Amino acid sequence: MSEAQEGMFGVSGTGDTSGYGGLVRTVTNPGSTERPYGGYFDQVADDLERAYPDFADAITKVVVDRGELTLHIKKERLVEVAKTLRDKLLFEMCMGVSGVHYPERAGCELVAVYPLLSMTKNQRVRLEVCTSEVDPHIPSLVEVYGGNNWHERETFDMFGIIFDGHPGLTRILMPDDWDGHPQRKDYPLGGIAVEYKGATTPAPQNRRSYK
Amino acid sequence: MSFDPYAATRETTEGTVYSVTGGDWDSLVSEIGEAKEERIIVNMGPQHPSTHGVLRLVLELEGETVTEVRPGIGYLHTGIEKNMEYRSWTQGTTFATRMDYLSPIFNETAYCLAIEKLLGITNDIPERASIIRVLMMELNRISSHMVALGTGALELGAMGPMFFAFREREAVLDTFEAITGLRMNMAYVRPGGVQQDLPAGMTQRLRILVQELRKNFKDNERLLVGNTIWMKRTEGIGYLDLAGCTTLGITGPVLRSTGLPWDLRKMQPYCGYENYEFDVITADTCDVYGRFLIRMAELEQSLRIIEQAITKLVATEGQPVMVADKKIAWPAQLALGADGLGNSLDHIREIMGSSMESLIHHFKLVTEGFRVPAGQAYAAVESPRGELAAHLVSDGGTKPYRVHFREPSFNNLQSTSAMSEGGMVADIIGAVASIDPVMGGVDR
Repeated sequence: MSEAQEGMFGVSGTGDTSGYGGLVRTVTNPGSTERPYGGYFDQVADDLERAYPDFADAITKVVVDRGELTLHIKKERLVEVAKTLRDKLLFEMCMGVSGVHYPERAGCELVAVYPLLSMTKNQRVRLEVCTSEVDPHIPSLVEVYGGNNWHERETFDMFGIIFDGHPGLTRILMPDDWDGHPQRKDYPLGGIAVEYKGATTPAPQNRRSYK
Repeated sequence: MSFDPYAATRETTEGTVYSVTGGDWDSLVSEIGEAKEERIIVNMGPQHPSTHGVLRLVLELEGETVTEVRPGIGYLHTGIEKNMEYRSWTQGTTFATRMDYLSPIFNETAYCLAIEKLLGITNDIPERASIIRVLMMELNRISSHMVALGTGALELGAMGPMFFAFREREAVLDTFEAITGLRMNMAYVRPGGVQQDLPAGMTQRLRILVQELRKNFKDNERLLVGNTIWMKRTEGIGYLDLAGCTTLGITGPVLRSTGLPWDLRKMQPYCGYENYEFDVITADTCDVYGRFLIRMAELEQSLRIIEQAITKLVATEGQPVMVADKKIAWPAQLALGADGLGNSLDHIREIMGSSMESLIHHFKLVTEGFRVPAGQAYAAVESPRGELAAHLVSDGGTKPYRVHFREPSFNNLQSTSAMSEGGMVADIIGAVASIDPVMGGVDR
């Protein structure tokens, strides 16, 4: 998965005279991993394949990176896979959900990341599901992992991902009547410029900064 | 019914709303007594003194029995995660440390461990840096547990333990000040190591501190352990068993009070915890008293770890506390001058007076920072409240693409309802205190 970034500084069109404005840097994200995955990851994958026959169809990608196993799952299969992981593979705890917004990934802009923990086997695995900005629906995991209740509300609040089947999906950190979802990339940080002795320092999001 | 300035009422579509601002309870009680419905909804907080900061609890009561609790949070939301996306990786420690303000070192360590995982330098962190991290974390665990115990007891009506607890906490915070220059929010743990080495004579001071703390902890023990009143307020209160804990993702002392010895320091060691001898404390009562006993006993385990850390610190005297890679390591350490902790004059002399290359290097690293290869990482530490983890996503730039903290307070606070419903109003306080939520961490 590669994406290109142009320029070296964070803000474009500010008269960047450094000569680095035309720089194109390729960002390479860790791609799909082939077997063997190493460690207990092969065991987890084998067990899941055995316990969940639709493995090949539901899991689009397996990534092993920096000693962590990530299973990319089709969103409509999320609940089934999570249930199998909990009941058959003993991943009895879900440590929450973390949203990530990639505006440039068409059709897959909003990502939900679930870190699972098995206390019985002392193992961790991460699930990743993506959805589009236009139709930001992901099935809720609250019926499988009750503790995800607040985490999903937070991710809804911050990213606007709608978790279908959540018992009460309302904002949790921002006020109920707030507009927008603050942690999306197109949502400004806010802040005001600071003036000191006649010189002005722009707000953090408007500062010229390194990419 | 005459107008009462302290307990005004107004009619709404939901029924009569009483606003109690202090003073005349008699009139309020008599007025409520006239109400036809038994069911009363009470807003406890967000400014109630026993809700651990700005926590709002919407209670549905039948008499004194709680039928429903709905916690409302978000009053301390500061957008730390979003802010960190606009600062360099190193600057992020300054934000992370401010989340859960009672355990700043844990916030920093979780964040830095995740960065180090992303950079792939986990094994390059100097041994001395890891020892200092462990030392600071265990000191911090003591200061954090002291607040949990002190305020917990105060909220249940015991004033004495608070004085003792804060005396101990002060001693620890003074030590923090001597080491980092700050009592709280130190941003001391940095990607690649720690901000600076311990000052001269610190090991001796730490030995004295350990001795004093060990002696002083007995004061609170004598006050509370086995105290009849204390046990009546805490035994069997806030019950949550293992099944409840796993369902709700609860970790930390609340989980250990169910008898499961789950402690990340033992199960998934980081910062070299596998080299220390200590016990994981459990209780099997699943209640507030069990959690209290666990915190009390963990203090002694922390002291044990600190003692071992002191021995290791003596053995590694003079070794580096920052990773050797100069492209990541912060170029200068602070130095103690006549006017307090500040810039190292030696370093300033070097970059301003003798080495142009040093100046360029300093400038590049401080303004631009270092780049972190694209990908994501999850690093967890055992904070005083449970599993505190940082989920970081990098796009290969000098700033995090996404920072998410899995805050134990945030997660564990969900269990308030399960612990309190069906019990008495007064027991909510004990239940919440035993979860030990810090609202700065809950709301981030």
